[in-house]
Amino acid sequence: MKKLSTLAFTSVVALTAGVSAAQADKLTLYCSAQEDWCQLMARSFEDATGIDVNMTRKSSGETFAQIKAESANPKGDVWWGGTGDPHLQAAEEGLTAAYVSPMRDQLHDWAISQATSAGDRTIGIYSGALGYGYNTELLAANNLPEPACWKDLLKPEYKGHVQMANPNSSGTAYTTLASMVQIFGEDEGFEFMKGLHANINQYTKSGSAPIKAAGRGENTIGIVFMHDAVKQAVSGFPVNVVAPCEGTGYEIGSMSIIDGARNMDEAKKFYDWALSTDAQNLALEVNAFQVPSNKGAETSASAPDMSTIKLIDYDFKTYGSSDERKRLLQKWDEDVSTLPQ
Amino acid sequence: MRHNLTEASASPALIFWILAGWAGFLILPWYGVEDGFFALEWLFDGYPFDEDFAPAAFLIGQGEKLWLAPLLLPLVIPLLALRLKKSDPNYARLLILSGAFGFAWLIAQGFGIGIRGFTFDWLTTLFGDLDDRQFGMGYGALLVASSFLFLFTQGIAARGAVNGDVFVVSAIGGVIVIVTTFVFFPIARMLLAAFITEEGGYSAAVFAAKFFDDRLWGLGCLWGGRCGAAWNSLILAVLVGLITTVLGLVFALVVTRSGFRYKRALRALTVLPIITPPFVIGLALILLFGLSGSVTQFFAELFGVQPTRWLYGMPGVLIAQTLAFTPIAFLVLIGVVEGVSPSMEEAAQTLRANRWQTFRTVSLPLMRPGLANAFLLGFIESMADFGNPLVLGGNFDVLSTEIFFAIVGAQYDQGRAAVLAMVLLFFTLSAFYAQRMWLGKKSYTTVSGKGDAGVHPLMPKGLAVPVFIAAGVWGLFTVVVYGMILYGSVVELWGVNNTLTFKHYVTAFSVRFEDAGIRWTGAAWDSFWTTIYIAAAAAPLTAIVGLVTAYLLTRQSFAGKNAFEFGTMLSFAIPGTVIGVSYILAFNVPPIEITGTGIILIVSFIFRNMPVGVRAGIASMSQLDKSLDESSLTLGANSWQTFRKVILPLLRPAILAALVYSFVRAMTAISAVIFLVSAEYDMATSYIIGRVENNDYGLAIAYSTTLIFVMLAAVGLLQLLVGRTKIGRRTQFTSGEKP
Repeated sequence: MKKLSTLAFTSVVALTAGVSAAQADKLTLYCSAQEDWCQLMARSFEDATGIDVNMTRKSSGETFAQIKAESANPKGDVWWGGTGDPHLQAAEEGLTAAYVSPMRDQLHDWAISQATSAGDRTIGIYSGALGYGYNTELLAANNLPEPACWKDLLKPEYKGHVQMANPNSSGTAYTTLASMVQIFGEDEGFEFMKGLHANINQYTKSGSAPIKAAGRGENTIGIVFMHDAVKQAVSGFPVNVVAPCEGTGYEIGSMSIIDGARNMDEAKKFYDWALSTDAQNLALEVNAFQVPSNKGAETSASAPDMSTIKLIDYDFKTYGSSDERKRLLQKWDEDVSTLPQ
Repeated sequence: MRHNLTEASASPALIFWILAGWAGFLILPWYGVEDGFFALEWLFDGYPFDEDFAPAAFLIGQGEKLWLAPLLLPLVIPLLALRLKKSDPNYARLLILSGAFGFAWLIAQGFGIGIRGFTFDWLTTLFGDLDDRQFGMGYGALLVASSFLFLFTQGIAARGAVNGDVFVVSAIGGVIVIVTTFVFFPIARMLLAAFITEEGGYSAAVFAAKFFDDRLWGLGCLWGGRCGAAWNSLILAVLVGLITTVLGLVFALVVTRSGFRYKRALRALTVLPIITPPFVIGLALILLFGLSGSVTQFFAELFGVQPTRWLYGMPGVLIAQTLAFTPIAFLVLIGVVEGVSPSMEEAAQTLRANRWQTFRTVSLPLMRPGLANAFLLGFIESMADFGNPLVLGGNFDVLSTEIFFAIVGAQYDQGRAAVLAMVLLFFTLSAFYAQRMWLGKKSYTTVSGKGDAGVHPLMPKGLAVPVFIAAGVWGLFTVVVYGMILYGSVVELWGVNNTLTFKHYVTAFSVRFEDAGIRWTGAAWDSFWTTIYIAAAAAPLTAIVGLVTAYLLTRQSFAGKNAFEFGTMLSFAIPGTVIGVSYILAFNVPPIEITGTGIILIVSFIFRNMPVGVRAGIASMSQLDKSLDESSLTLGANSWQTFRKVILPLLRPAILAALVYSFVRAMTAISAVIFLVSAEYDMATSYIIGRVENNDYGLAIAYSTTLIFVMLAAVGLLQLLVGRTKIGRRTQFTSGEKP
């Protein structure tokens, strides 16, 4: 017992001492993807370059808030992962630095267009299409037909069975709103949101919560990014993934270098490395089902087949700008969220 | 009242603080050492001449950072006071002058010159561009600042403030400075955001637009719609405050005033929820009462009705918060219920009051400070709680979650967050004042110096039955919820695949024995050790700050006491999210630059949890008769000795409450922590949330379960260390002999 506590104590001491040992090349990485992916990226980069990585994982919204709060004295170097909107927002506010990587010619067009729309202050590293998933057991238990299109969700029999996040709090839900506006046009898009509102049982706070609730049997249909729904299915929950027939919008997971980074050279090394085939293939080792931005990287076999999904030409420049976001959110607040359910 | 018999010209305290000031200036590195507060590599790395580690004197000697030179003056002046008598008016004058000037100069230069030269434009226009910069303060600056502060307070005391009591004046000064630094300053920075327009200017109109918002104040729920977050929070908090107070009292009565056999088990049971990491109770409730929950399914089949989502919304949040916060009420009330003087109750019974009359007219009124404090804590905890509404809230919006998502959500609206935080603060402070009005100026003293060998009467029958039923039902409910949690940690995939397995524990906590010793290979060890280390560092500090503050508030009178009390409660009333962001805003830049360190976590815990120590201390101390202090003082003890030898031992329950609470909260807090953790200092809770987001429910629950057991052990250990107060009463059921 005593030995154990001594060991515990020494390891605490070692922990504190270990902090100060990091003298050589180092990199502070803010990571907004899932935990195990972040860990894998950090450790693999260490193995590849010998640069020590201090990785902190937070959601993209939290990371954005932190970078903004730290802007007078930046502590992070690279921000990797997370949906593209906060990255665009950070670029708009000048919180991130412009950088043109030599790896660019290996990337898909959508990844580069993300960069050009932000003045090279961010770049796409993966993408994921919007869709929805449903709990097969609950659907059967309630004798509901299998939905296949966006418009199916408006049918009255789904009343109280659909969940999506609140666009005011979640980037996923804002992408949904912006996608509907782009698929159906603004007027019809808002009519769709109003119709959907009648069937919604809850607007969750976080973007992936609806499909997690569906996985646990607490909700029937959840509007989320399809890779989140796939993850539920792969984890063993009875979830089916749907790519809506009218076509759908998508997110571009992004990466940015923080303006005023203390380890700028290391940050650029990471940036280039993260765009390489090797680094992007790491997604296969964890349950990440997004589509990588490097043309040569492989996509997981369980991931939704992008060639069969009708993707719209999502206008990230317009719908990622804070003015348009404010306008759409306010309109949603006033016209949709106040309606009786 | 007290006379200083010894008029020694140089008190030890004076010599000590003068020496400390010089040591900070001459010996210790002036600026923060980048490798961490406890790293000692600077000793071998160019000290004392390297600019990064040099003491202030060496910096000035090498012609650098010359703005530190004026500090020499206030360091020299106090030396003159060494030769003066304490009663000499010049003694006080010298100390006040040098302390005030030194402290003010330290602050001015700290804020004026930052990492990019001058911080303010007008300084640049006045003096031109500065080619130099400075980082955050380190050991040296800290020590010099404390020296100036305590020289100043000694000067004030020498002028006769608070009867010339150096300890009391210094304690007041110290608490004011740290509360200002770590509570007022960051919160003010954050709240200013409410008035900042999009262009960066200041405007009251911005505030008004965000304040008069239908999402905040809407009353739609009166006619079937949805109510604003402000009303939701208020109603919820009042309900939670009332229910937790009643349940807390119920448990306190069962433990202290009944022949109930298994009091220890009951005590442990009621403490369980407080040591449960966030989200876990919520997840367990979903598994029981959610749409597909076992209880819901059972009743749906029994009565042939469609299962509903009734849990999501106010009912779920109310249940979860009541589960989570009843222990806090219990911890506050048990000390108070135990402290009620049995003599008074016995006197009532001698006067032929029956048990019920005694309870209603004597015991209950004497418990008022405890009841009021318990309600206040429940109310505030509910207001600031974030995890439960997030998991169970459904469409029931409350202020704390709205604040969180105003900052991190798609709106990126810090101004709205600041406005919401103000509303929340307004509610909690109103509750605080309502509580004070209700208590009024009555005396609740029950422990006096005269000794009290009475025995608490048992509860009246009419009360005992409902109390036992309530305690039993709630106890059973808690057992079921925790059974679910334990079960969840040993099944393959919660709710889907119920094969029993220990793999989650193995993933989290595996160890490998090698020649070099134990290798901690499990995924959770890093965050686990950090959490233990931070919590263990924060707990004693929290208890000390809390109890000293409580002592000042109950035992001393000084100008501005109300504002002082208000300040100490402030950090508790603000949700962790706001604290987290405000700490980053305030402490990421010099003069205090501690983001990314373990210190910022410790500091945030101290000031988040200090109010519980203060409340517990006040509740206990208002029961101790002042005659105890007075007799100690008359016998020649000074106020420090009185505090240490007389009051402290009688405060053991309060100390225990403060220690346990702050330790446990440091291990389970989440909302502030999310913003303050860094790569080296990742906390258990933020790790757990990461796992929950990633569907690793098993791992998250296994980790939480382990934490629960660790905390149970820690609570037991603390109980042993602190010991129990022996108030010198007979034990129940012994004969009435005099001890």
